[in-house]
Amino acid sequence: MKLHRKDILGIKELSVDEINLILETADSFVEVSTREIKKVPTLRGKTIITLFYEPSTRTRTSFEIAAKRLSADTISISSSTSSVVKGETLIDTAKNLESMNPDLIVIRHSAAGAPHMIAGVLNEPVINAGDGAHEHPTQALLDMMTIRSIKGKLAGLKVAIVGDISHSRVARSNIYGLTKMGASVHLAGPATMIPYGIENMGVVVHTQIEEAIRDADVVMALRIQTEREKQCIFPSLREYARHFSLNRRNIGSAAKDVLIMHPGPVNRGIEISPDLAESANSVILQQVTNGVAVRMALLYLLAGGNA
Amino acid sequence: MNILLQGGRVIDPSSGRDRIQNLLISGGKIRARSADLKPTKGPAGRKRNDDLYVIDVSGKIVVPGLIDMHTHLREPGHEYKETIASGSQAAAAGGFTSIACMPNTNPVNDNRSVTEFIIKKAAAAGIVNVYPIAAISLKSEGITLSDYWDLKEGGAVGFSDDGRPVMNAALMRRALEYASSLNMPVISHCEDTNLSAGGTMHEGFVSAETGLVGIPGIAEDVMVSRDILLAEFTGAHIHIAHVSTAGAVRLIREAKSRGVHVTAETAPHYFTLTDEAVRTFNTFAKVYPPLRGEADRAAVREGLADGTIDAIASDHAPHARTDKEVEFDYAATGIVGLETSLGLSLSLVQDGVLTLPKLIEKMAINPARILGIRKGTLADGADADITVIDQNREWVVDPRNFRSRGKNTPFKDWLLKGKAVLTIVGGEIRYQDL
Amino acid sequence: MEKSRIVMDRQGLDRTLKRIAYEILEKNQGVEGLAFVGIRTRGVFLAQRIRDKIGQTEKIEIPIGILDITLYRDDLKSAQSRPVLGKTDIPFSIDGQKVVLFDDVLFTGRTIRAAMDALIDFGRPKMIQLAVLIDRGHRELPITADFVGKSLPSSLWEAVSVHLTEKDGIDEVIIEKNE
Repeated sequence: MKLHRKDILGIKELSVDEINLILETADSFVEVSTREIKKVPTLRGKTIITLFYEPSTRTRTSFEIAAKRLSADTISISSSTSSVVKGETLIDTAKNLESMNPDLIVIRHSAAGAPHMIAGVLNEPVINAGDGAHEHPTQALLDMMTIRSIKGKLAGLKVAIVGDISHSRVARSNIYGLTKMGASVHLAGPATMIPYGIENMGVVVHTQIEEAIRDADVVMALRIQTEREKQCIFPSLREYARHFSLNRRNIGSAAKDVLIMHPGPVNRGIEISPDLAESANSVILQQVTNGVAVRMALLYLLAGGNA
Repeated sequence: MNILLQGGRVIDPSSGRDRIQNLLISGGKIRARSADLKPTKGPAGRKRNDDLYVIDVSGKIVVPGLIDMHTHLREPGHEYKETIASGSQAAAAGGFTSIACMPNTNPVNDNRSVTEFIIKKAAAAGIVNVYPIAAISLKSEGITLSDYWDLKEGGAVGFSDDGRPVMNAALMRRALEYASSLNMPVISHCEDTNLSAGGTMHEGFVSAETGLVGIPGIAEDVMVSRDILLAEFTGAHIHIAHVSTAGAVRLIREAKSRGVHVTAETAPHYFTLTDEAVRTFNTFAKVYPPLRGEADRAAVREGLADGTIDAIASDHAPHARTDKEVEFDYAATGIVGLETSLGLSLSLVQDGVLTLPKLIEKMAINPARILGIRKGTLADGADADITVIDQNREWVVDPRNFRSRGKNTPFKDWLLKGKAVLTIVGGEIRYQDL
Repeated sequence: MEKSRIVMDRQGLDRTLKRIAYEILEKNQGVEGLAFVGIRTRGVFLAQRIRDKIGQTEKIEIPIGILDITLYRDDLKSAQSRPVLGKTDIPFSIDGQKVVLFDDVLFTGRTIRAAMDALIDFGRPKMIQLAVLIDRGHRELPITADFVGKSLPSSLWEAVSVHLTEKDGIDEVIIEKNE
């Protein structure tokens, strides 16, 4: 089994075999991070550029740690403004970076499709670290890895995803991944946060959180962007929290060993009640740990070599 | 120069004519006695002693010069995207003898000096007839009406705030009233900008999957509805630009049956493509209104077939490479259309949606009628604006060959059947690909 | 000539492992401070079998670790695709231990180089020894095994394959001609 691709732009394009390969490779990488010397020489001499057009501490850190543990050199480029503002096209930016001979580019962008545009003009592998509300493949992979490592499988599980589906790339990538792997995915959120036609992605949509959570093996809460309030997609954080926050009461109808997940950072008391976020069912920190392993796996599978 | 178009199938819906016939052009006008001339053998383009230029167009279609009533020529202000001259060249190459250009230039065509500038530039280019459409409101800001009388005297043929939808219903009412007293159409870009805010593509399953912010069909429908009601109330002529939704088609159909003075146009991309074209984040498929769903595409074709939609206009919107090679969210909107419009529209004939005469109505006769310009006929004495179409010519869309400065087309590499092979404006050959 | 021939069968393999077990005990004067690390995948089975043989006479159980050397390979650049990565599991400290590395076939020495680099990342063993079932020559690095089951001078056109019941369903060593 090989990865038959140059880039990882989304989960949508990945086959079940490819997802399994990535997850299994990631499982093998977990051990490296537990060593005293957390570094292997695999990508020695390789240069990895992380290009972040949107602020992100944890995803960027996770990629950098992954790259460094594989002995790659990492260059971080942050740009709070789009290339447009600087009078440069995105393709110009990409070609400029390519001229510095990187071996792999990680890109996060607030605009959906930006990594695809860059990948289309570059010879080097590109990993999408989140594009707009489109996809966040490494997050979905680490989520699947976390679920699989605890539940032993993905097929047949009921996974509830709760919150602002419309604006969530985490939701989309997880929907693609989990449905491919045979899990049944249930969504819950206010109708203003559920995009039209999302059922066609093979999910069940609920407007009451209780219905989505019932007997769920996994409940994933999404981060609410508090500035969305201004766009009238929900009345107030208080109202949202009262009806869509995960708490001791509503989680009771889920499976006893339900996993509580969140892509972070958690708005405590809004998406998840504080006690639940710290309960034994919460695997939020394991998600972060597995994130490094998943990213190491992808860097290993994509970077270097002449393939 | 006198030209004899010999042996072509002449279709002139203005008189119901459709037969193999010669057509004589003399002094920039069409001459009736052409019908009496016997076809003569001889190489095409051979000059006879009476200074008659004979062109063999047998097997081809001779129609009144096509009119594109909705283009963007970008001059003044955005000459790096297009100029009046380059846009005119593109028009001629696409088979258009007359084009109307929208006022969203810089400065906006909201005063007579800009209108006259455009006309002067077009005359200097001397390729096709260019009819300026002036702004509904000053700077198209939707606040104060521009000087309609003055603009009409300057040569404007209609009013539109295309690209900057008029959100203020009271202003739209006044615009309609004022324009109707001048017997001129108000051309409405129907979009409720609150409903479309932040959107970059059609709201549907593709936007759900890609996470791009959607523009719902109702953003168009509610405005079409409002403008129809205002036209009904004022008795004025409203022309709905670039119809893209099933809802708009239905509303216009109903309004027409009630006798409201409403006309409508659509653009080739709306009856050809759907939002699927955006799935790969192709910025060349980013356009406002956005490419809609399959049901909308089907409804637009139906609207063309049953006469609800009067005209096909390209909404030719040229952009520079740098405007499009950016993130989808930030990419400029628009598709160049002058050079692909006819080829794409002929597919409607191939698909049985329209007959050839009906297509010519929508691309020549009706636009002339809507804009009130004396064009769109092959009658004796009419301006010799003629397009010759080879229905069977297959060609591959190659933007590098466009006369337009804009290469932004989602139809690159498409194989089209049928194109203009001869464009005659005022008796002069402006494009030839026989 | 036939395409492949068996150079060691089940009994031969068992006798050889028994001998290596004794040699390890002899060289290290018992099992004190001894740790085994098998190189994935067949080296692991060899290490387990030898540990079991030693266990029949010695009281102390020798700890066994599993090493996947993929991440230390020097040929990743030219590999057609990334080799599938296996888990490494060395559940004990190798500091100050006498580590015996196990592999099935010693050939160019590059695998052992990678394995030693990996081991050293885990700590500072007192000593690293090498046990292999087959030494087929053609070394490209200055590496020698301490314990060799069988020296098998082979041509570069031949492939030496070790089959073990745990993975291959049969115990044998064969030489095959590469076409």
